[in-house]
Amino acid sequence: MATQSSVGEKNKAGQTITDPWQMMHDAERTPCFFTGSEVIKEALRRANCDIMIAYPITPQSEAAALAGELFAEGFIGDYFRGESEFAVMSQCAGAAFGGARVFTTTAGPGTMRAMENFPMWAGARLPIQMIVTCRGINSPLSIQPDTLEISYLLNTGMLVWHAETAQDFYDWILKGYMVSEEPDVHLPLALCCDGFFVTHTKDMVSLTPADMCLPPYDPYRSPVPCMDMECPPVRMMRDPFIMKSNYISYATHASWQQEVWAAVERSRKHTVRWLDGLIEVENPGAEILLVSSGTAVSQGREAKVLLEEEGIDVGIVKIKSLRPWPGEEIREATKNAKHIIVPEFNVTGWMAREIKATIPNSERVYAGPRVCGGMTLPPEIIAADIKTLLGIKNKALAGRGS
Amino acid sequence: MSTSYQVLRGPEHFLPPAAASMGIRLPDPGQGHIHGKIVSEEEAMEAAARQFLSAKVPTIFPGPLVLWAWNEKAAHKATAVRHLYETLKASVTSTQQAMLIPMPDYRPKYPKINPEVEINPNHPNLTIWHNKIDACMFVGVHCHQANLSLKIIRGGTDCYTIAMCAQAGHEDAMLSFRDATAEKIMRLADWVKKLKGSVEPPK
Repeated sequence: MATQSSVGEKNKAGQTITDPWQMMHDAERTPCFFTGSEVIKEALRRANCDIMIAYPITPQSEAAALAGELFAEGFIGDYFRGESEFAVMSQCAGAAFGGARVFTTTAGPGTMRAMENFPMWAGARLPIQMIVTCRGINSPLSIQPDTLEISYLLNTGMLVWHAETAQDFYDWILKGYMVSEEPDVHLPLALCCDGFFVTHTKDMVSLTPADMCLPPYDPYRSPVPCMDMECPPVRMMRDPFIMKSNYISYATHASWQQEVWAAVERSRKHTVRWLDGLIEVENPGAEILLVSSGTAVSQGREAKVLLEEEGIDVGIVKIKSLRPWPGEEIREATKNAKHIIVPEFNVTGWMAREIKATIPNSERVYAGPRVCGGMTLPPEIIAADIKTLLGIKNKALAGRGS
Repeated sequence: MSTSYQVLRGPEHFLPPAAASMGIRLPDPGQGHIHGKIVSEEEAMEAAARQFLSAKVPTIFPGPLVLWAWNEKAAHKATAVRHLYETLKASVTSTQQAMLIPMPDYRPKYPKINPEVEINPNHPNLTIWHNKIDACMFVGVHCHQANLSLKIIRGGTDCYTIAMCAQAGHEDAMLSFRDATAEKIMRLADWVKKLKGSVEPPK
């Protein structure tokens, strides 16, 4: 994690470098009415970030443009636009190799275009933070929310968190650096939210004081050497352990990959500490549980209220971290559930598949309701599916059904 | 997560798992671990000293973080590592051979490593096999490269591995310390001295 030795000093922008735990838990908070994009800017203002590189992703989120304002105000060390998302993510790698705290943001097709970089970041142990304001990735083009792109990130070796609200987003951007920069973790973090729903809508968010910031990143605690002329990462690529075809070079690669996933595992204890658990459970004794992440959880909460009005008891499991995956926590939370409902904003139902692979008696999982392509997921639809599952007759909620 | 997995002397497997993936957790400050079990740092000190004294070829592998005087702390640690080596050398019997083999950098060594003069994280087994090393300690090696090595060693050799880590420790070693300082390394040397003559040497 960041060095503590500078606590109490001022950074270049005149902010006081503050103990992160104290800043996030004890400092007085001010309620503000902001869009998700503005919240990204406000978190970044307090993150003591060395560099922000982005390809403009407006209209999905204004975050990249707002970060430019922060640079002009002196809160970010350097800021520039890459010529494409692939270029941006490569430039982020260069900055992180050099020992900088790096921030970027992307969405949808941009995430997909840059994909080659993400396992490279993880393999090189670069603790870059990337905001992913999820949107559709397929053709025909969509700028509307859709979480399919998250599923592509799950096996990159990055940490992947999924924020539900703007408040999550604000807190987790700052906490994210604290987890991903731990020397036993030191991995990139993809902090995802459902674009549009979170980025474009305004919500009340409690902000930490603007004159406080995180301690700077300490590259000397990195588990790999910083880039220098003696041991540059390019040399690791060029020198022939990847060029050799023999048992030992394969074994080195295998051990390297295992180490990346070991680091994901090690992040578990830090994530539990900073996020107060990998999941959040509401009404754990209920026989019907809604289990999901992001704004699907918010819609689930509304459905819960509707169902309770009809005397149907429902619990909620909010999954905060997708990597590390909270397998044990989900098994424990769902052990008494008879029906596990997994609402999602994507066409494939990757979350339901993950949950099915995690729990015993996976026939309890109802993989839906699902929407995609920017459709909303009305709570009435979730409630109706649950009632159908329970054998309760429903009125049709869409189309011309009876 | 409860686990029955133990980090034991190899050869373990064609491709042994990362201990973290098997549920082994790193120690907290003031603790160490032995075979994946969390113990007090003192217990780990004594166990490490016993491993050194009962090995035929106890070896220290200092890495770039202590080999180069890039700051004052590194220079102090290097002095402590040298002291530990000298203490070890003076504490073993004539049938044992204490060694100090550096890991000066992490670049793969091709066409051929000289295992008598160095060890490399990409093929550490070659140095261990060549010198018949049966107990070793990593110190001053970057954590990623140390774990890379420790898994390869566990997979293909029967060498007992100890990690003196300046950060959070290494669950892939059979015995690990964390938050290593020059003082901590000196304390391990004190334990070696204290146990000299009380540990049965190898036959």
